[in-house]
Amino acid sequence: MGDGGGFLPVIAMLPFLGALVPGVMIRAGRNACATFTAIPTALALVMLLTHLPAVMAGEVITKEITWLPQLGLSASFFLDGLGMLFAVMILGVGLLITLYARFYLSGEDPMGQFYTYLLLFQGAMLGIVLSNNILLLLVFWELTSLSSFLLIGYWKHLPEGRQGARMALTVTGAGGLAMIGGMLILGNIVGSYELTDILAAGDQIKASEWYLPALILILLGAFTKSAQFPFHFWLPHAMAAPTPVSAYLHSATMVKAGVFLMARMWPALAGTEPWFYIVATVGLITMVLGALIALFKDDLKALLAFSTVSHLGLLTMLLGFGTEAAAIAAVFHIINHLTFKAALFMTAGIVDHETHTRDIKRLGGLAKLMPITATIGTLAALSMAGIPLFNGFLSKEMMLEEASHTYWFENPWIVPALATIGALLSVGYSLRFIFHTFGGPVRDDYPHHPHDPPRGMWLAPAFLTVLVILIGVMPWIAEPVVTMAANAVTGADLHPHLKIWHGVTPALFMSIAAIIGGAILLVLHRPLDAAWLRAPRPEAKAIFDRLIGWAVSGARWVTDTTHNGAISRYLAIFVAVTVVAGFVAWTGGGMPDVTRGLLPIPPVVAIGYVLLVAATLAVVLMHRNRFGSLVIIGIIGLMISAGFVYLSAPDLALTQISVETVTIMLLLLALHFLPKTTPKESPLGLRIRDGIIALGAGGGVAALAYAFLLRDMSVISDYHLANSYDGGGGTNVVNVILVDFRGYDTYGEIIVLGIAGLIIFALMEALLNGPASRRLRNTDYSQDRSRDRHPLMMVVATRVMMPIAVMVGVYIFLRGHNMPGGGFVAGLVIAIALLMQYMASGFGWTMARQQIEYHALIGWGVVIAGLTGAGAWLAGHPFLTSAFGYVHLPPIEEFELATAALFDLGVFLAVNGAVMLMLYSLSRIARYAGETVNIDPMDYDPTSRLEDREKEEER
Amino acid sequence: MEILVASAIGVLTAGGTYLILRLRAFPVILGLALLSYAVNVFLFASGRLATNMPPILDKSGADVSYTDPLPQALVLTAIVISFGMTAVLVMVSLGAYLERESDEINIPHPDDDLSDDTATEDGK
Repeated sequence: MGDGGGFLPVIAMLPFLGALVPGVMIRAGRNACATFTAIPTALALVMLLTHLPAVMAGEVITKEITWLPQLGLSASFFLDGLGMLFAVMILGVGLLITLYARFYLSGEDPMGQFYTYLLLFQGAMLGIVLSNNILLLLVFWELTSLSSFLLIGYWKHLPEGRQGARMALTVTGAGGLAMIGGMLILGNIVGSYELTDILAAGDQIKASEWYLPALILILLGAFTKSAQFPFHFWLPHAMAAPTPVSAYLHSATMVKAGVFLMARMWPALAGTEPWFYIVATVGLITMVLGALIALFKDDLKALLAFSTVSHLGLLTMLLGFGTEAAAIAAVFHIINHLTFKAALFMTAGIVDHETHTRDIKRLGGLAKLMPITATIGTLAALSMAGIPLFNGFLSKEMMLEEASHTYWFENPWIVPALATIGALLSVGYSLRFIFHTFGGPVRDDYPHHPHDPPRGMWLAPAFLTVLVILIGVMPWIAEPVVTMAANAVTGADLHPHLKIWHGVTPALFMSIAAIIGGAILLVLHRPLDAAWLRAPRPEAKAIFDRLIGWAVSGARWVTDTTHNGAISRYLAIFVAVTVVAGFVAWTGGGMPDVTRGLLPIPPVVAIGYVLLVAATLAVVLMHRNRFGSLVIIGIIGLMISAGFVYLSAPDLALTQISVETVTIMLLLLALHFLPKTTPKESPLGLRIRDGIIALGAGGGVAALAYAFLLRDMSVISDYHLANSYDGGGGTNVVNVILVDFRGYDTYGEIIVLGIAGLIIFALMEALLNGPASRRLRNTDYSQDRSRDRHPLMMVVATRVMMPIAVMVGVYIFLRGHNMPGGGFVAGLVIAIALLMQYMASGFGWTMARQQIEYHALIGWGVVIAGLTGAGAWLAGHPFLTSAFGYVHLPPIEEFELATAALFDLGVFLAVNGAVMLMLYSLSRIARYAGETVNIDPMDYDPTSRLEDREKEEER
Repeated sequence: MEILVASAIGVLTAGGTYLILRLRAFPVILGLALLSYAVNVFLFASGRLATNMPPILDKSGADVSYTDPLPQALVLTAIVISFGMTAVLVMVSLGAYLERESDEINIPHPDDDLSDDTATEDGK
């Protein structure tokens, strides 16, 4: 194995890099655009050819760049004879197509896009043939599907173009998925994803019990890509693409990728019975069927498309034979098919371009009007027919020779007979292409009067036709290339001799029969065509569309039944599925042994538990009474806080109880605008169903919780406990975790909370400016409103309590690092202290005294926390590394100064701002709804209550 | 004790699940509140239960054992975040109610067997 493959990744990348250029260069004109497409292609070709001597000598050039070694994925490339042959074909034909497309595309077509897509596709193809890692190969394989989708659908305004592109993507994409599976199996069998390893492990693969699944899956990928029966139908529909695309995709590249893959995998997979029967049979059927349909196609490109299908079938069949001679024939035919088929596609494009039609029945007599095009087309088509002295003849003879001694289920004549029929049909459609397009008298009803195109357009097919004749007359010039590629395919050391005259062999008679039969077919074409048109035959596109239709209606049915706009249905489905999944997981077993005993239950705890359960049941049973259930839900929160205290979680208890308070306030405020009762509307059946789901979910969660409460497991908290004081400077481990160990999490969480506050504020603004505002203004609250809205006692009490409450908040904040408390709790406590003022003295009075905007509080909180974290960078530490020290000021005790406290200050501000913003927004709605605001506190005189009522009654 | 905590989690979950399957916004909010309790206690319990072992380090150097502080830290933020979530939900359902004058949570659907008896087009 040689090295010096440093160029390989560069070669593979060049088209992708080049793809960036045409879109820009189109501004400099069409010639510049085409030139800059050709440059990367030509450069890659030159770099490739520098390796030619080494590869010819049998060296394999490799280059590996480690990418994701854990997955077995590396960007490794290798170049052997087969890869060299295909790479030269891809780049060489790419150059010719670039030239041809420059003249083919009209001024209205966006040429920059075209060349960009072309280079992307070229890069993907090149990647396939140069990849050494099959995972990398799969990536490129999918890229060809995607980029060919763009190319086939290039004429976006044509519905056929879009449909053809979709069909190609669906079929080749589905095949690609199957192939991923196959490749993964293959990699598992061998234990490596490197092609060089896989190719060397052929015996191991064939002996594996996974051989057949892997083979079928990989072949699905290859068959879909190479349009083999029954997946052949996408290829003719892809003909809606511009002709340069068809010429490129369907002669040299896209459809040959499947053939390439079968050739590449030949040493690893071929030579077994399943391989022969699957590959050879599918190839044989495709060859005959494609040729038969091609004979009756009137569209020039459709004829060529089915002819391509047929020839791909021929190649597949040859590879399926599994013999070395057949592999040589296949490699040789790959070269020959490329030369004549690309030339023919370009000829068809020229005819279309000049006459504005591709319908054979409207053509004829073009030989006199377009002599150059006619010459090129005729010569290439004769090669397709397999007439002697053209290169198509040589490989077809080799194919017939191989077929003549192939047994199919012990049957000696079926393969040769069908192969001859395929060849015969092939002669038929080739001759029809020649005589019905170029032959016959000149007509005067062409849609556009034709003449030969500019030189740039016929130069590329002419070059290919020269190759057709050169190889046809002097086959030995292709010998080194065929030897190089065939040796790479088979892994053997072969020395094939290509010659025109093989002596009197069965293949000669088959050839003669094919040519004579083909000529008869041409003569009889008119009556046969009439019979064909009358005969019923399955239309692949209709079947495909029906399948897609079924898939779509199936998907729609699933969506409509499960996703019908009823949230309660989604939730029911979700909960039920979760419960079932949990049950299935539990039946899987694997529960470790019980390692923990039960803690005793003191009577007080038992009472709390009963309260909790009773409150929960009460909430569920009386949830229609909204106020009542809200009061009772407070009991649950209180009991949970008490539970946290008992179970050694003082921080949680503090947080829970303060969150409880603001939650109830929030819900009370909301309930002010909502209906006070829930109507009874779900039928009994539904309630029973929901009850069953709820019991299932509750039982499942309880069982799960009980199961793990009795079992120990390894925890990572020992680290936190050990380093809390030494590393974080605090004895309250929970707080140190929040502001130090997991400070990044906390930082994210205060941002989330801040965003939630802003969302609520924004929603409120939208509501007040929307149609709801009118409704709010007209709300009548006179029935359920206390007349003394700001009772004297409450106003005075809250004013007195305010400084105390704030001090409690500050105290909780400051002690947080060492004792239960901290920024979260302090933020909530201060929020509650402020909310008391709102409730007691009224919205207007409080707002008039507000000094800082709540938005700003959130912002400052996040900024302070972020800057504290970033400050660690200045000291050269990672984000949020904390520093601390102890300060001793004489009058007070020694205390600690930690950057973590600064971070906690940010937490405090953000939490406080967010909570205040949320409740403030809800209160503002109330204010908007016409609630009067006290100008002064206690401006309501209770003594005037009677007079007020009298006044109201008068109105 | 373990039985009490586990069954309390179960009761809260069952109650919350039943309530979120109701057809009006307010019971659903109550249900989510119950579910939040259940989830928070569940997460907290994943640190296993322990009494009189708060994770406040003892500086006297005595050999004291502590309960697992990590679930506590996680639950602490979860409690605060679940408040934010509840608040957003309340605001959204309030907005929906004020716009539509109905706090049904299901979009009226012609062939929806769950709420067709209450489905009102409401001019939309």
